[in-house]
Amino acid sequence: MTTTEQNIDQILIPILEQVSDPEIPVLSIMDMGVVRTAVIENDIVKVQITPTYSGCPAMDVIGDDIKAALKAEGYKSEIELILAPAWTTDWITPRGRKALEDYGIAAPLSAEADKDVLLNGKRLVKCTNCGSTNTRLVSQFGSTACKAQFQCDDCQEPFDYFKCLK
Amino acid sequence: MKNENLYNYILGIADNSLILGQRLGELTGHGPSLETDIACTNISLDLFGQVRSYYQYAAKIAGDNRTEDDIAMLRKEREYVNVLLVEQPNTNFAYTMARQFLFDVYHLLFLQELQKSKDLTLSAIANKSIKEVSYHLRFSSDWIKRLGDGTEVSHQKMQDAIDGLWTYTDELFHQAEADIAMVSEGIGVDVTKLKEAYYNKVNAVLEESTLQIPESKWFQKGGKKGIHTEHLGYLLAELQYMQRAYPNMEW
Repeated sequence: MTTTEQNIDQILIPILEQVSDPEIPVLSIMDMGVVRTAVIENDIVKVQITPTYSGCPAMDVIGDDIKAALKAEGYKSEIELILAPAWTTDWITPRGRKALEDYGIAAPLSAEADKDVLLNGKRLVKCTNCGSTNTRLVSQFGSTACKAQFQCDDCQEPFDYFKCLK
Repeated sequence: MKNENLYNYILGIADNSLILGQRLGELTGHGPSLETDIACTNISLDLFGQVRSYYQYAAKIAGDNRTEDDIAMLRKEREYVNVLLVEQPNTNFAYTMARQFLFDVYHLLFLQELQKSKDLTLSAIANKSIKEVSYHLRFSSDWIKRLGDGTEVSHQKMQDAIDGLWTYTDELFHQAEADIAMVSEGIGVDVTKLKEAYYNKVNAVLEESTLQIPESKWFQKGGKKGIHTEHLGYLLAELQYMQRAYPNMEW
């Protein structure tokens, strides 16, 4: 199972889109790209999800929430956690990126820009409050494993930046 | 057990991360600043996440009723095979960062090789972990430089920490019985081959940080055979307390 393709049954998409990331409630798990497979086999929905970070405590809750959402629509389901291929921030959809920004989390930059920002102190991350790129890294580790802490030097807003993972 | 070598090999990898993760977890709410506190506990969380994947796989290989929690929580001290380096206490922040750095350099080199393992589960875990560990190394290297090339006091504290922990570095490149067996099957990493790259990288960062590279040739060993420093017992007492006090409890 090393394909980067998703295999998700069309009928299941609206159900799965209702499930959100418990730590970022505005973001559906579909827009997050953590659902890799969802197919109906012998009346059971087989779902494969992949963690953003190994220690992500949201994965157990996401699994339970998927089960509950499917059950509400009359489906039995089995959830499997897979590690390969490893999740990347490239799998966040454009709609997901917008949801992050609206929520106050700066969406990941390209791998190269991310390096410039985290290692060389370049000011490229856009402030989620005022849009200025006059922002600086406060800490490489933020409120959750996937984020870094930033502050805007124009409007002073502290905010999270979703680190690029590739 | 049918595949005892593989089982033991996985514990050899995972125990390092479990014990280091527990040490970092001790800093929850006790870090020297909010940012470093959050960073240390984030690193701890990454390590625990990786550990769960390893122990789940080990439990599957054991093939009895053992769970990941049994493996993590219910072994005796002599049955843990982590290196001595990771069980050393959080004496002060320089010490904590030096321990982290000396392990991170090894950890990254190790995972880069484990990615090539013939065992697809191990290679997938390595592939996932490597991205996280790159961040850990970045963070710890940064602190080596800031403290080493900082004030007179911070420099001295970092130098003391490096001097104190240096004796535990050589053990990283010792092979346990399971290592040798797994290397021959193309599953395990030959750690003896990582030694040169390790010291090159470590020395480069220390030099940049104006720190002296210790000359001592006396190295401690034993962790990989289950013979630990006195610190591990206390760590396990805390780690295992809930499972021992309330057997089979679940969250």
